[in-house]
Amino acid sequence: MPEPLPPTPGQTVGPFFGYALPYDDDHRLVPPATPGAVRLHGWVLDGAGEPVPDALLEIRQADAAGRVPQVEGALRRDGSVFTGWGRCATDPGGHYSFTTVEPGPVDGRAPVLAVAVFARGLLDVLFTRIYLPGAQDPFLDGLAPDRRATLLAEREEDGSLRFDVRLQGPDETVFLTR
Amino acid sequence: MTATTPALDSQAQVSEEIATLDGAAGRQPRLDYPAYRSSVLRHPTKDPEPADPEAAELLGPVFGHSDVGPMEADLTIQAGGEPVGERTVVTGRVLDGEGRPVRRQLVEIWQANAGGRYAHQRDQHPAALDPHFTGVGRCLTDDEGTYRFTTIKPGPYPWRNHRNAWRPAHIHFSMFGREFTQRLITQMYFPGDPLFALDPIYQSVTDPAARARLVASYDHDVTTHEWATGYRWDIVLTGSHATPLEEDDRA
Repeated sequence: MPEPLPPTPGQTVGPFFGYALPYDDDHRLVPPATPGAVRLHGWVLDGAGEPVPDALLEIRQADAAGRVPQVEGALRRDGSVFTGWGRCATDPGGHYSFTTVEPGPVDGRAPVLAVAVFARGLLDVLFTRIYLPGAQDPFLDGLAPDRRATLLAEREEDGSLRFDVRLQGPDETVFLTR
Repeated sequence: MTATTPALDSQAQVSEEIATLDGAAGRQPRLDYPAYRSSVLRHPTKDPEPADPEAAELLGPVFGHSDVGPMEADLTIQAGGEPVGERTVVTGRVLDGEGRPVRRQLVEIWQANAGGRYAHQRDQHPAALDPHFTGVGRCLTDDEGTYRFTTIKPGPYPWRNHRNAWRPAHIHFSMFGREFTQRLITQMYFPGDPLFALDPIYQSVTDPAARARLVASYDHDVTTHEWATGYRWDIVLTGSHATPLEEDDRA
């Protein structure tokens, strides 16, 4: 194989993406009234435990049947198509919230949502994963228990999934190589 | 300046910090780059974990003409009049790490206006807003991976990283690849900017050859007669996980 081309470096998303990248229904992968719809939410926190009000999360996932959609329509959602991709900027309190469906297993592997994290102050994208509560997976098994816990969503009383992103600190989220 | 505002470091102090890391290896920005003050509490301290990619990571989102209209690539016609500044065309190709065009994929941009002011409520720089310029655009790459925007050359602007800190003029670019993990958000700069050496965001890519990949080239073949100057900037995403054979099967 030929030598890969050197990649264009990343740069921080900066403070002013808020009028450019968010769009109507960006965080609604399904309309809220959809059967099986679940709220996936949490906070993005810095190394001092302070909320990050200028972060942007993107998620990529399979549908409930374990199919990763390859269809357009995520920027102008009409409510009928599940594209398996969404975007949410954090609010002034560092909170984000998606409405989606829980992904099904693909090829028998633990269901997972892939996550890309951007923020002012963060010089390049970070990738992580959200596993559903109680997930069993060889990758998770290979992590120390306290590290593993950072990748597991928690189920809240109302059925919502809670997942915080900690950019730094003792409970720092496990981030992934590309 | 209010009494509660902490004293800002000088450019000399920040330049000294930049110099200590300049030339260090690394094709991507250093996430731990204290000269960029906002990065101090916002970078992971543990190494990223390698993981076999999952299907959701191998398949990027798909965008199409239902998502992006052709007018969205022209930032000079969006707000009911000609914006102030140097009309310019920025074009190039999005390639993957194997040199293949990234076809029919979304490119988003946002930028300050000619005076260095963003149309964002948090931008308090006292330069004029331009009622005819929002500074936001989108397009899809074509079958050759080519994107093309018509815009206004942005101005440099001050920020509060340190005293008398100025960002070199730049356009923010957001790209998707075939795979979700090829996702890239970066900034494109203009050649010869005198602020390069002073800017901790640009200098966070410590390998000079790597950060030069963030700088567009002036291209007189893109410049058009009596209309707009032209710049060319190609973007290379990171390599894909899929083998070429799998890629052919998928196409």
